[in-house]
Amino acid sequence: MTKPLLTVEGLVKRYGEHTVLNGLDLTVREGEVVVIVGPSGCGKSTLLRCINALEPIQSGAVRLEVAPISRESRDLPALRQKVGMVFQSYELFPHLTVLDNVTLAPRKAQKRPRAEAEREALALLERVGLADRARDYPRQLSGGQKQRVAIVRALVMHPQVLLFDEVTAALDPEMVREVLDVLLDLARQGRTMLIVTIEMNFARAVADRVIFLDGGTIVEEAPPEEFFDHPKTPRAQKFLNTFTFDAVKRPHPSSLADPTT
Amino acid sequence: MPDLGLEVLLKGRNLARLLGGLWVALRISLLSVAISIPAGILLGVVMTWKNPVTQALSRLYLEIIRIMPQLVLLFLVFFGTTRVFGWDLSGELSSVIVFTLWGTAEMGDLVRGALVSIPPHQYESAAALGLTERQTFFCVVLPQTVRRLIPLSINLITRMIKTTSLVLMIGVVEVLKVAQQIIEANRMSSPNAAFGVYLTVFMLYFLACWPISLLARRLEELWR
Ligand SMILES: Nc1ncnc2c1ncn2[C@@H]1O[C@H](COP(=O)(O)OP(=O)(O)OP(=O)(O)O)[C@@H](O)[C@H]1O
Ligand SMILES: [Mg+2]
Repeated sequence: MTKPLLTVEGLVKRYGEHTVLNGLDLTVREGEVVVIVGPSGCGKSTLLRCINALEPIQSGAVRLEVAPISRESRDLPALRQKVGMVFQSYELFPHLTVLDNVTLAPRKAQKRPRAEAEREALALLERVGLADRARDYPRQLSGGQKQRVAIVRALVMHPQVLLFDEVTAALDPEMVREVLDVLLDLARQGRTMLIVTIEMNFARAVADRVIFLDGGTIVEEAPPEEFFDHPKTPRAQKFLNTFTFDAVKRPHPSSLADPTT
Repeated sequence: MPDLGLEVLLKGRNLARLLGGLWVALRISLLSVAISIPAGILLGVVMTWKNPVTQALSRLYLEIIRIMPQLVLLFLVFFGTTRVFGWDLSGELSSVIVFTLWGTAEMGDLVRGALVSIPPHQYESAAALGLTERQTFFCVVLPQTVRRLIPLSINLITRMIKTTSLVLMIGVVEVLKVAQQIIEANRMSSPNAAFGVYLTVFMLYFLACWPISLLARRLEELWR
């Protein structure tokens, strides 16, 4: 087994009186792909935001290897460089070209030379099929293209772990695939990833481990086949049922019964 | 063709005097603009601070400047300070002071508005990339703020140029004052001069402000 890379211990997050995460523990090992699923509002986004210290937490700890990631860490920007994060709403910088969006952080935060940063940026853009859009502005791209740029923008920093928060949720259906393919490619490269998604087929394909989050804690945790085919807890069963539909127009046996009886 | 009274402009140095008057107006407004813009940027940044003291003070300053008609401010600075403090400010200096106070307040409010209109998510994605707060401000927030500000501040600049016509009330001889003097001097020989001369003043203001508006439109298209 590989070594733990990201550790979350006893994480408590409240908004006012409302406890969103209630003593959550989680370990992600190097090279592991962990998918987080759960009902809307159960705190999936909050968990990812707490991992990156975008939200203050009330108790608990987050560690990258041994270094604590917290809002009090003096080297927080340096730690965040090692944790790539991609949001649902891409949030590219609208005043910069695609290439400058990607190279801004390597040049400013990592002080890498422009030529080197651009070379790597172009190679990564090529890999997601966007090399020819390098000089365009974000407003000229489709949602799927923007999201691929956002992924490249995170990758160019050489993060040790990547956090993805429903990166396809804001996309039109025909663009979902192109983004999920990029994520599958990253999984194939052996990247360590923590992915929040509602694409259950994708989750099954990409995950080493699925985590079901509800009521502020991890309710169930299993390899994808086991979780999707034989969920153990009633809450996970109920959740997975919301993704299946029964046909409504199939003739029901009882309604065909002889009307006279 | 009706007599527009344009011929008085050709008499003596009248046209040159009008242009000289325009230059006085532009000198006052451009000097005030040159000070107001950096001062307004500072004020705007201060206005976004959550500190209640700086918030109250900047709010008070803005409200006072807004409520007070510019003419009253001009009188206050030009006549008032002479009586109370014994200062002997020239009309032009008083004008620059008043226009700078006004421009700084308006510019500050524009900057504040532009800063708060940057979505929080822009700060978050910059933070998530590992940029420091300083880097985020200078590379992400400031460039976007400036782009939003350009058309608004150009509008303010043209407003400031136009409002300089008030300074004749404290004895500054700017373009409108020169126009009045020319009309007055030619009351007998060309009674229609008022129309022609004021029309010329109108054209001069237009020529001063129009290129600025054009520039604003160009920049807006460029940075859409
Ligand atoms: N800034 C905030 N202030 C107050 N409450 C918040 C805030 N952000 C989130 N919450 C609450 O915290 C809970 C968890 O929100 P979160 O966005 O993490 O859920 P989620 O699992 O990502 O949901 P979804 O699947 O809809 O994205 C919700 O009940 C939400 O209302
Ligand atoms: Mg969410």
